[in-house]
Amino acid sequence: MARSSSLLYLDGVSVSFDGFKALNELSLTIGPGEMRAIIGPNGAGKTTMMDVITGKTRPDSGEVFFNGTVDLTGEDEASIAELGIGRKFQKPTVFESHTVWDNLELALKAPRGPFATLFHVISGAEKKRIEYLLELIRLGGKRGELAANLSHGQKQWLEIGMLLAQDPKLLLVDEPAAGMTDAETAETAELLKDIANDHSVVVVEHDMVFVRSLGVKVTVLHEGSVLAEGSLDHVSANDRVVEVYLGR
Amino acid sequence: MMTSFLFRAMDTRAGIFLAIMAAVIILVPAGNLLAPEGSAFHVPNYAVTLMGKYLTYALLALAVDLVWGYCGILSLGHAAFFALGGYAMGMYLMRQIGTRGVYGDPNLPDFMVFLNWQELPWYWYGFDMFWFAALMVLLVPGFLAFVFGWFAFRSRVTGVYLSIITQALTYALLLAFFRNDMGFGGNNGLTDFKDILGFDIQADTTRAGLFAASGVALVLCFIVCRALTRSKLGKVLVAVRDAESRTRFLGYRVEHYKLFVWTLSAMMAGIAGALYVPQVGIINPGEFAPANSIEVVIWVAVGGRGTLVGAVLGAVLVNFAKTWFTGALPDIWLFALGGLFVFVTLFLPKGIVGTVSQGWTALRQRKVSAAYEEGSDEPPSAPPHSPGAPANVTHSKRAPGAAEPQPAE
Ligand SMILES: Nc1ncnc2c1ncn2[C@@H]1O[C@H](COP(=O)(O)OP(=O)(O)OP(=O)(O)O)[C@@H](O)[C@H]1O
Ligand SMILES: [Mg+2]
Repeated sequence: MARSSSLLYLDGVSVSFDGFKALNELSLTIGPGEMRAIIGPNGAGKTTMMDVITGKTRPDSGEVFFNGTVDLTGEDEASIAELGIGRKFQKPTVFESHTVWDNLELALKAPRGPFATLFHVISGAEKKRIEYLLELIRLGGKRGELAANLSHGQKQWLEIGMLLAQDPKLLLVDEPAAGMTDAETAETAELLKDIANDHSVVVVEHDMVFVRSLGVKVTVLHEGSVLAEGSLDHVSANDRVVEVYLGR
Repeated sequence: MMTSFLFRAMDTRAGIFLAIMAAVIILVPAGNLLAPEGSAFHVPNYAVTLMGKYLTYALLALAVDLVWGYCGILSLGHAAFFALGGYAMGMYLMRQIGTRGVYGDPNLPDFMVFLNWQELPWYWYGFDMFWFAALMVLLVPGFLAFVFGWFAFRSRVTGVYLSIITQALTYALLLAFFRNDMGFGGNNGLTDFKDILGFDIQADTTRAGLFAASGVALVLCFIVCRALTRSKLGKVLVAVRDAESRTRFLGYRVEHYKLFVWTLSAMMAGIAGALYVPQVGIINPGEFAPANSIEVVIWVAVGGRGTLVGAVLGAVLVNFAKTWFTGALPDIWLFALGGLFVFVTLFLPKGIVGTVSQGWTALRQRKVSAAYEEGSDEPPSAPPHSPGAPANVTHSKRAPGAAEPQPAE
């Protein structure tokens, strides 16, 4: 896919930590409205890839473009978030001493400057949006609960809700099903599929059942670059992929 | 906009605090000036000054709580801003001495005459005017904090490294102000003040006035802090404290938020210092001592960080204890202070106010969920606001029986 028609475009991206190449000439393109699953063994560079896209880590070389034109390597985390890229961390990260409601309110798309927030008064539309999200992530009954008191799975959901509250164009979701029961995992897959109807989504996940239920194109990362790409059945038939996963 | 901003500042806890402060601000000066000596209601002069001093310490503690308790910036250098505010006020008071100094020079303070200086250094200009000095009380600490914060927060210096450079900052100022050629009286600092705004600084009425002014300053700053921490900005601050990078990825420029509260807090510390100096009658480089800043942190920890009221309470209690100890058992004080800090860290990590309000919340929640189990139809949903966002949330204080359906059920 050409850069101009892509939503996210990575070309030849390399990142090394003390000589160790976490990303090695990684190239990847996500189209507008696409949902993509990324799999790969531990240490394959999946999280590092998200770090590069969201401005946490600067690549040593390579290009990263959003919307075909915006060079992300020159932007910091806050402006990348403002551009419309939301991210869920591998380890669920919510604001523990805030209530579920406040977590969502903080994430809602709104002016982000100190003076704007100082005099901010929550509007009816914002309240409705929070109510809607609470419903969606099934935390309606927990709105007044501190996020610290949520279960692991609930925190994952809250974080997904916060991601949606930002109303991003592209969602990067790192291991959303980690630590969830099978039933919760299945529901999370449904939720993400719903979200993918009107957002572009990149999901990193180890759980193959989960990836299969998404039913989308899969990219396999290994040692910092793309090993295979295609449907899950297609990549699982790839000898190199099997080899990497069986860890020979 | 402003009214809703201030309206947010009020709730029961703030109301109780303000009522107590109003009583203190009125009754202490009244007891000093109106009640005859020997009466049970008489407040002796020394007590007025002492309590006035406590109030300025309380304001300093409030400033530290704003940055530490809410934004997680552990400043070990706030006494520097306090002292700078104090020096600005001290310079005004020095200029008010006029010809009444030992050398009788109308322009030069005594120490400059003593050093054979011929004219007033440029940075002393304007300090003969109260409004100018008052402005400097805010601007000098504010400017220093802004510049310091600009570099520190932009380069993302956090945690213990930041604390260390705040210590370095106050230490550097300590050394600088010790030098005679800085023009701030060196080792001896600024003292022998005569009057303030035309009132004799030793007079009972002036002292009562300064006490009341300290109380009012504390109340006003408290209201500002309270409104600020309960606004959405306050929630962002707590978010930064709890998960800084999450906040960034939500699109907030964390360094702007930190710079904002940090500068505001330094200005409050400056006000505290400016009110402190006329009451104690001297300002010298000792106020920059690194240990002073650390002590402030202890006051806040004792009272309960992230509670505002706790900072005030902690400052007053610890300083009251200090006064008592240094009178009765002078050798023991530092050990007692250290012991107190260890005790609070180990057994009262939320401080006095944090512990009390946590107990209160738990009690209320238990009642609500008990009512729920008895079959009332309202689910136990607390109001959608964090209860004051206390620091160090315990991660497992689920009320028994309050379990609700998990997402997967
Ligand atoms: N900041 C860092 N400093 C040094 N090494 C790092 C850093 N971040 C990542 N790495 C290394 O880069 C490699 C890729 O890490 P990354 O977290 O991207 O893997 P991953 O594919 O997300 O793995 P997992 O499935 O375990 O989450 C790992 O070997 C990791 O140790
Ligand atoms: Mg990872």
